[in-house]
Amino acid sequence: MKLKTVKSLLKTETIFEGSEDRDNLEVKNACGADLMSDVLAFSNKKTLLLTGLTNPQVVRTAEMVGTKVIIFVRGKEPQVETISLANQLNISLYSTDKPLFEACGLLYKNGIGPEEMNYIKTSK
Amino acid sequence: MSLQKQQILNKEIESFNFQSGGEASSDLKNILRKLGVPSQIVRKTAIITYELEMNVVIHSLGGEITASISEDELEISVDDSGPGIEDLDKAFTAGYSTASEEIREMGFGAGMGLVNVKRYADQIEVESSKENGTHVKVIIKLAD
Repeated sequence: MKLKTVKSLLKTETIFEGSEDRDNLEVKNACGADLMSDVLAFSNKKTLLLTGLTNPQVVRTAEMVGTKVIIFVRGKEPQVETISLANQLNISLYSTDKPLFEACGLLYKNGIGPEEMNYIKTSK
Repeated sequence: MSLQKQQILNKEIESFNFQSGGEASSDLKNILRKLGVPSQIVRKTAIITYELEMNVVIHSLGGEITASISEDELEISVDDSGPGIEDLDKAFTAGYSTASEEIREMGFGAGMGLVNVKRYADQIEVESSKENGTHVKVIIKLAD
């Protein structure tokens, strides 16, 4: 699914998009979490993070796992510092009025899969 | 352990600074990328470093992070000046956390920090005492 379809399904508002053509970004799976360590536990490269947290560390966490798009749920507005860090790291930010459960459910119903639980392979 | 390790990062980590927290991990990620380290290893290293860096921000009086690279491995050292981890065994238990409610509201304190680090590290050593703070050394292999 293209990001523009995700945006339309969740009726998002754009907070920061950056200069890249994000609308055509292919979103295959997504991650919904309010705990940053949960996001960090699934270290496959993700396209999309849905979260109710709005502090700058959400953007930092996205950076660490290579996520390029964050959607804030429940109509939350991020802090100025969050937007400024997203700008610096070229991570797009959107907001939806839908709660996390509904936002994830809508995307799942429309074909976006859960993130695969295969952690980075370790030597153990 | 191979010789000829080259230091590629040495950065101070400030206690309770949630604006700058994560910068060291971000710097290291960029350095590794420029050095041509495979993206899977860069991501794994970024996660390890970020968890350790945020531990210093959240739980310590401040510290520093050092990273060195050789042909076959990366060594990350994270040292803080206290107050030390009271129960190291518990700190490695999934879900165990001593973080405050305020920290949890920021999305941290899930009790998965060291658990995540251990999962991705090829080797981990932790020493902690009230007097000398906490010292974590992690080895990430670059080659099999």
